[in-house]
Amino acid sequence: MEIKCEVPGNDFDRAGEASASIKKALQRLGVPADIVRRVAIGTYEGEMNALIHAGGGVIKAEITSNLTIITVKDKGPGIADVQQAMKEGFSTAPDYVRAMGFGAGMGLPNMMKCSDKFSINTVVNKGTKITMRFEHK
Amino acid sequence: MSDSYLHSVYVIKDACNGCVACVKYCPTEAIRVRNGKAEIISTRCIDCGECIRRCPTHAMTAVVDTLEATHKYSYNVVLAAPSLYAQFPASVRREVIWQGLKMLGFDEIFDLSAAGDYIAQEIEQYVQCYTGGRKPIISSACPAVLRLIQVKFPELIQQVIPVLSPGEAAAIYVKKNVCAKQNLSEEKVGVWFITPCPAKGTNIRQSVDVKHTKMAGSISEASIYGELRRVMHNAIPEENLKQTITTGSSYGVGWGSCGGEIAASGLENALSVQGVSDVFEVLEQISMNKMNDVDFVELYSCSRGCVGGPFVAINRFVAEKNLKLRIRTLRQNEPQERLAARKSGMTCDGFPTSEDYVKVLEPRPMMQLDEDINVAMEKLEKMDTVLNTLPGIDCGACGAPNCQCLAEDIVQGKAFETDCIFILRSRVKKFAQGMIELSTQIPLTGTTKAEKTKEDQENES
Repeated sequence: MEIKCEVPGNDFDRAGEASASIKKALQRLGVPADIVRRVAIGTYEGEMNALIHAGGGVIKAEITSNLTIITVKDKGPGIADVQQAMKEGFSTAPDYVRAMGFGAGMGLPNMMKCSDKFSINTVVNKGTKITMRFEHK
Repeated sequence: MSDSYLHSVYVIKDACNGCVACVKYCPTEAIRVRNGKAEIISTRCIDCGECIRRCPTHAMTAVVDTLEATHKYSYNVVLAAPSLYAQFPASVRREVIWQGLKMLGFDEIFDLSAAGDYIAQEIEQYVQCYTGGRKPIISSACPAVLRLIQVKFPELIQQVIPVLSPGEAAAIYVKKNVCAKQNLSEEKVGVWFITPCPAKGTNIRQSVDVKHTKMAGSISEASIYGELRRVMHNAIPEENLKQTITTGSSYGVGWGSCGGEIAASGLENALSVQGVSDVFEVLEQISMNKMNDVDFVELYSCSRGCVGGPFVAINRFVAEKNLKLRIRTLRQNEPQERLAARKSGMTCDGFPTSEDYVKVLEPRPMMQLDEDINVAMEKLEKMDTVLNTLPGIDCGACGAPNCQCLAEDIVQGKAFETDCIFILRSRVKKFAQGMIELSTQIPLTGTTKAEKTKEDQENES
């Protein structure tokens, strides 16, 4: 099955809604708790990136009996240097976002860490697509 | 397995008027009103007692023992908890409260604050030596919180500290000690807990944190408060009473209200959260790894900690004040330094260490729609469709706490779409419109005899 969530750009009041709804769905499906937790954390990072940097985006969860694939797609500025963005602690978040406690870096490496397979497709000025794969062991 | 789960809270059907106060406030969405009466879904109830607090007709209560139950044993020991001390002003010495408990028929008293001192030491050591694992470490003191983690946050089980609650540890110690001292077999000694909440009572029937509980039962604080106050009025402590009781330090006493566990354990990068909805929010944050720079969290399901339990007699804020003042008084006669003060409360010979007795929490996830993930997916999709037909105002009139729960109940075959009064109303409206339409479609070629007579009469007049 497929779950699609719109991520609004810069709306911090709604930050985390998409990942929360995907988390709830996986719990209802009986996916093991630890995997649900990893999906939720990875999705949340993707959601925040789309919200902070890209003026919003779309999150899609494709769920089968033994696999969840999360894609986070945005039409934002893209990432010029992916290698650098993958380093822990690197962030381009503006000051006002950091003041709210977000944007401390870690987003991309965190997504890679919690998923079983991670890929990123980004084009400057076009957008970014992140795919995370989670096996329901 | 799920059916064998015992909880203490139950509904007094005759008193229930079918309002949805309990349904609305239940943190695990464990209550539904069906056929005009509240019903508890056993697998979801965590015994937090929120419904007991909210019910306007006092139809919610919990199984607890009464003083009569102690008659089954030849020697009865009571564990006196800080939350009990908090029911009395600090000027009432602990000795007077203990004497009062003796007058109620208990043979011996164990001051639970002593166990608090021991467990605090274990917590301190555990947190100091904790390396590598996920943070924060979660307190195991509140059984309602442990049950909440089992049903709603099973992914956090590994973060719960593997130490006993002071009550369970004390019971193990007391039972062993008293049996040896009085030369009695285990079944003759009853260890009783005077409880501020139903969750601690449930723990005795089906423990979440200790392998084999040594407690005989629990008696609610509210149920003995009146009698205890009455006998305490004339209580003159026996001369050597204090010498016969193992007493804890002021730090042990602090466990009764919020922040006490952290203070006794000397933890600095730690925080205390009370009240089930705030606890819920914090557990969600922890699950999202958003609190991993905190070492330890002390979580209590009741507002202000144990002094705010549903079974306490006096206002929780007053109780908290009482306890604070009592701690201040006790501190005057203790070593200044925390470790030395805490040590002064640790005089038991062979107090149990948790690792020999503690049990790992068992997950009891309650969200799953079906054992088979493929069936669960079908149900989830159907649930979404149903949810779209519901008004989404979460009025509770259907007996479920919100539209999402009703959608889930419908998909699970436990409720009907027409349980929603808005759907029912629109069906009735459609039905009524259909009737009107039908009534206009009567052929004009004839009228019934009765109608004809009526028409004639009208024409004549």
